[in-house]
Amino acid sequence: MGEHKLLTEHFGTEGLQTLAVYERVGGYQGLREALSRFTPETLIDEVKASGLRGRGGAGFPTGTKWGFLPKDVFPRYLCCNADESEPGCFKDRALIDENPHQLIEGLLIAAYALQVNTAFIYIRGEYHDQRLLLERCVEEARAAGHIGANVLGSGFSCDVIVHGGAGAYICGEETALIDSLEGYRGQPRLKPPFPALKGLYGKPTVVNNVETLSNLPHIVQRGGAWFKQLGTEKSAGTRLFCCSGHINRPGTYEIAMGTPIRELLEEECGGIWKDRSIKAFQPGGGSMQVLLPEHLDLPLDMDAVAQAGSSLGAGAMVFMDETTCMVNVSMRLVDFYHHESCGKCAPCREGTYFESDLMHRLEAGHLTLEELHTLADICDNMNGKCFCPLGDTATWFVMSAFKAFRDEFEAHCGAGACPVRTASAQLVTA
Amino acid sequence: MPLASDTVREITALRVRYPQPRSAILPCLWAVQNELGYLSAEGMEEVAAILDLAPSEVQAVSTFYSMYFAQPAGDHQLLICVNVSCALRGADAIVDHVQSRLGCPSGGTTGDGKFTWESTIECLGACGGAPAMQVNHHFHENLTPDRVDGLLERLRAEPRPSHANGQSVGHVAEALTVKAPSSGPHPPSAETPPAPNAEGPPADTGVSDPAFPAPELPLGEHTEMPGSRSKRSYTKRGSRSAPRKRPRPNAGDL
Repeated sequence: MGEHKLLTEHFGTEGLQTLAVYERVGGYQGLREALSRFTPETLIDEVKASGLRGRGGAGFPTGTKWGFLPKDVFPRYLCCNADESEPGCFKDRALIDENPHQLIEGLLIAAYALQVNTAFIYIRGEYHDQRLLLERCVEEARAAGHIGANVLGSGFSCDVIVHGGAGAYICGEETALIDSLEGYRGQPRLKPPFPALKGLYGKPTVVNNVETLSNLPHIVQRGGAWFKQLGTEKSAGTRLFCCSGHINRPGTYEIAMGTPIRELLEEECGGIWKDRSIKAFQPGGGSMQVLLPEHLDLPLDMDAVAQAGSSLGAGAMVFMDETTCMVNVSMRLVDFYHHESCGKCAPCREGTYFESDLMHRLEAGHLTLEELHTLADICDNMNGKCFCPLGDTATWFVMSAFKAFRDEFEAHCGAGACPVRTASAQLVTA
Repeated sequence: MPLASDTVREITALRVRYPQPRSAILPCLWAVQNELGYLSAEGMEEVAAILDLAPSEVQAVSTFYSMYFAQPAGDHQLLICVNVSCALRGADAIVDHVQSRLGCPSGGTTGDGKFTWESTIECLGACGGAPAMQVNHHFHENLTPDRVDGLLERLRAEPRPSHANGQSVGHVAEALTVKAPSSGPHPPSAETPPAPNAEGPPADTGVSDPAFPAPELPLGEHTEMPGSRSKRSYTKRGSRSAPRKRPRPNAGDL
């Protein structure tokens, strides 16, 4: 348990972003082995056996997702989802910054398993330097014969295109990503048909997260069975957790699944800052429900956290100390979803608008108790009724915070100012 | 003003980079913005012509994405994250500091055309180094007011980054001096209830409060975005995009 380095093993090695150094530490061995030891079918079976689940938030088993592609329909496409925009999440950026070739190798392994000849990396527009780095690495790998026609002399061909977005959280949703990649406004599509049947350009498409793909070189080299024994029965492998907020050492930590959250907080993150105590935390990024100090002993396991009423999501842990105003935090998250709503469906487009309006007035202490119930009513009219998960998740944090900190929400009503700030006078520490 | 030949060459090369030319819209728009500093109507028309699309289709795409500017921006662009992780570690103090130093509200440009700055609720993915901001797309983390001052001083002495066009800074500044943000900052300063001052209305609350003059927003708009989304809607019913001129291929079964 505890820290276990797999994806981050070589982080910090000087020059790891170059092909030469990456190959010196064993890079592209996974691709070589995949091409020589496996057929596409046995490779998919190996990934299924590894128990690898998607690291983008939903946690869907990767091998199973790959298995949905219809046989004999070509061309097919593979998209790496590097549109990381979840509040609190920055692991994909770390994986690209520190070890870009690991991602490219994983992408090529997945492309081989899926028999894809054109793979895309969709990276968010804000990651400008990361996009340039990836483009440079792709060119380097192409010059070395790892990308392009006849990869490493295997007869398999694959091109990689790095595609930069331009600022839209919704493009992390896989069908919106596909829309954006096709050159449209990035709005989600109705499912079914799922992208595995009709995705990019109407062809079978797989969308995988950066971290998911970065795991593949290790699974190929050390075997699916080895990977599966890391972590817990249903959550195999390690995971990168992005820890931020009121902690002494914010950052990205790779630890085995199943480790208690308290261990992550105390040992990796150095505990809550300024000797304060913890008030609440968010285990899965901005979308996910708030958890309380009593949940700190939960293991970092997707199912255990789900049972506690939240989700590990994309692995972003935001810790909040005792001075935090939950109304203020809720307001910011609601603002975020209001800002990012794509406008396709009414419950989300209008719901986030009213949510944001009410939260701003609540935070300023100008809401009545009755209007507080309107807020709950709006959330109820959104959750589960939106076109895509963005609208649903826009209600999850605020509703869970309302439930857990009802007193605090009610104390704001008619107070004319934030009572928590008045009490602690230093909600935000400069 | 037609695009420079280098930009046209870049766009033409992007056209064949993808299985379908239309996929090149976003990178083509980046090429235009890199040259001009914003997306001009003529620039988008040229992109449309090269990609064999209707100009309205390219425009409709451009207004969806928040990083494209519809108007010229300052030489240096600052984007300050105010999402939860940054806010917990003092982002609001940074926002206040930048605002007082630059003397214009979020979304605005300084009178000399040097800086355009914005506080953004969009998480920049720098929570480990909160509070953080991006300057000309580069990350700056663990900000303090002092560090911000040093950075601003350095930037003030630097010219517009290399992708600037031949336009003189004065020309851009002239175009910008009267520019106001399309809506209030987002949020203006969430720790303190927004005061009715020159910074404009607080996000989303202007409707009910007579103390804040309603901003001149296009009909049907309620999304706060600097630049790109502040354009007038094409239809009075509130659709921000022009109607599709041609059927959309391969969009999956509806």
